[in-house]
Amino acid sequence: MASTPTTDPTTPAVHAVVPQRTGLVRGRPRLYTSYQAEMSILPTWTQRIALGVLLLVAVLLPFDLPVINQIPIVRFLGDPEWIRLLTQAVIFGIAALGINLLSGVAGQVSLGHAFFMGTGAYAAVFLGGQSSENLWGLGLPIWIWLPGAGVTAALVGILVSPTAVKVRGLYLGIVTVGLVFIGIHLSKVLPEISGGAEVGRDFPELTLRVWKEENALLDLGSDGKWFWFDISRNAKTYLFCLALLVLFTVVSKNIIRSRTGRAMQAIRDRDVAAEVMGIPEAKYKLIAFAGSSFFAGIAGALFASFVGKLPPETFDLILSVEFIAILLIGGAGTTAGTLIGTFFVVLSPRFVEEIAGWMGGQSEKSGPWGGFWDGIVSRGTDFGLITTADVAPGFALPVSRLDELIYGTLVVVFLLFEPLGLYGIWVKIRNYWKGWPFSY
Amino acid sequence: MILAINVAERLLQTTAKGVAVGGLYALVALGFVLIFKATQTVNFAQGAIALLGAWFTSMLLIDWEIPGRWIGGAYVTWISAVILGALLTAVLGLAIERAIIRRMVGEPLFSVAVITLGLEAVLRTIGFDAVNINPRSLAFPWGFNGFRVGEAFIGWTYIAIYVAAALSFVAVFFFFRTRLGIAMRAVAYDQEAALAQGISVGKVFAVAWGASAGLAAVAGVLSQGAPLAAGTVGAGITGLAFRALPAVILGGLDSVQGALVGGLLIGGAEVFSGEYLATYTNTLGNGYSLIVPYIVMLIVLLFRPYGLYGTPEIRRV
Repeated sequence: MASTPTTDPTTPAVHAVVPQRTGLVRGRPRLYTSYQAEMSILPTWTQRIALGVLLLVAVLLPFDLPVINQIPIVRFLGDPEWIRLLTQAVIFGIAALGINLLSGVAGQVSLGHAFFMGTGAYAAVFLGGQSSENLWGLGLPIWIWLPGAGVTAALVGILVSPTAVKVRGLYLGIVTVGLVFIGIHLSKVLPEISGGAEVGRDFPELTLRVWKEENALLDLGSDGKWFWFDISRNAKTYLFCLALLVLFTVVSKNIIRSRTGRAMQAIRDRDVAAEVMGIPEAKYKLIAFAGSSFFAGIAGALFASFVGKLPPETFDLILSVEFIAILLIGGAGTTAGTLIGTFFVVLSPRFVEEIAGWMGGQSEKSGPWGGFWDGIVSRGTDFGLITTADVAPGFALPVSRLDELIYGTLVVVFLLFEPLGLYGIWVKIRNYWKGWPFSY
Repeated sequence: MILAINVAERLLQTTAKGVAVGGLYALVALGFVLIFKATQTVNFAQGAIALLGAWFTSMLLIDWEIPGRWIGGAYVTWISAVILGALLTAVLGLAIERAIIRRMVGEPLFSVAVITLGLEAVLRTIGFDAVNINPRSLAFPWGFNGFRVGEAFIGWTYIAIYVAAALSFVAVFFFFRTRLGIAMRAVAYDQEAALAQGISVGKVFAVAWGASAGLAAVAGVLSQGAPLAAGTVGAGITGLAFRALPAVILGGLDSVQGALVGGLLIGGAEVFSGEYLATYTNTLGNGYSLIVPYIVMLIVLLFRPYGLYGTPEIRRV
């Protein structure tokens, strides 16, 4: 790229080109002058700074900071329930990166993500759980059971992957539905591992030890001091999972922008053409399945350990569909979109609960608006569309069951109006401001 | 199981049940096939639609007593309620098709399939909410009765399923010979070419969704009949569609006869393994028979990726 001649000497020159060092041209955001620049994770300083700020916020989120917690909207900071919800979002983020790799990047429709998460969870409990009379467990430390969970799930994924070569598209989706049902059945058949149907068992705790009975190097299960900060156990778990999420985001991003990732994308876009170009389909589908299941396994183990006790029915089709929802709401095939989608899907039911609670409060007031809200919200004794109580007359939906309704609706709405998801909306906003005040 | 039952009678009883369960799956599978033929996609919401269909029927029959006001006779009332319920569900299917699926013409098939998954979550939540509070009766006119051949018990529900399945398949068979049916075959073959021939693809879509929703409603109601379930609208109906998926995959997604054969094979496999492998329950675990369809499906798919009667997709670069 040679320098652009400027006709008007009064306008600042836009050709501050330093191709060798950054490969970027200032003021020309989509123009890359080196391959390396185009493939880098964060090509511009704006992105680097934005990500840094985001990470800082993410790290500070669980803390009850002295000044910030005075702002009315963010009073929930430091609230254990809020931190636990965030932790769940972070863990689901790891699993969502996995399904993004398989369905978003490699284009293999999978409804079996819950099955792989379950595999990871039960591998973890077998390796790390405490054994008793009728439960199996080796009681190994976290640095064995957490990677072990991922590896076990990846191995199962490798076993499944030949099906993806043989069976394509929707047929594959349906086969993976079968996996979920078979998985739940297996976990019920083996109560020695799963703890039995509808009961479950205690999953290994998040404590870092050198070996079984050693003192914990890092105890995430109790409150304590890290450096000179007091830190609650919920915040510790959150930070641990956040660190893992960052790690896995980098891994996933690197897979996607490497040779492997490009091969997967070629298979997604047109598998026959990819094979003609010399991309071995079976090999890359195997890698996609193994990678995706590894992520799912780690997330499943973390989730089970974080919740503490789970019945086998947790890893059902609804969970799989939730991940498909995450992928589509966020934007399939994009790492940033996947993470945005995860936070959106995991956190939005909580916000809806808040709103429903607020509406319930409004309905007690008199006046036309009070009457309006009263018509919508039932408080257990009257009729309404939704209810804040467990039981209400008529067909009022309990607020706790709204989450599925919400993400079901969101999936439909996004696919109808914004198939690229939240990421697509972001791209549209960005492009609008990039060209402002012109339309393009 | 009655111990006095002899080998032949046990076989007869199991076969009767197997064919009944298979008939149910075939009905649901037929709905899948109709939708797949028209829109090239799988409707995962079928089970939730079946649940809503059973709920509609129960509302018509018990709460609103709509057929009972004008016509007498337990059977006539019940059958007309089921037909009305199926029609109401068909209207729901039409509405879904018109409001959502029609907009997705030309979008990737995966997106359409996932839309139906989203719909499933929504409709299932509504359906559960409607039926979970207290069990809604479906007031089967034959109740828990049936007849006996020797010691083998055959519920009237089985007979009702046979009749419904036979009627539906005959109807679909002749439907494909009507003008609209031929149009549907043309749309299934090549949507654009069909459009160019002046065929209303929208009408074909609507018919497929309406008919499939109606079939799902009938299957939903019949699946709750006495020997199979408790005779009330149970939340388990949603599982019917997910258990019929192996049937439709086994038969091939685009084959009507495949739906029948697949349904019967899968239903038979489920019921026969449940009956004759019961001595191994300790090893296989409770409810293993519900997993058998998926295992059969997996094995068949490895050898015949497009099912027994499905058309292999021709892939071009």
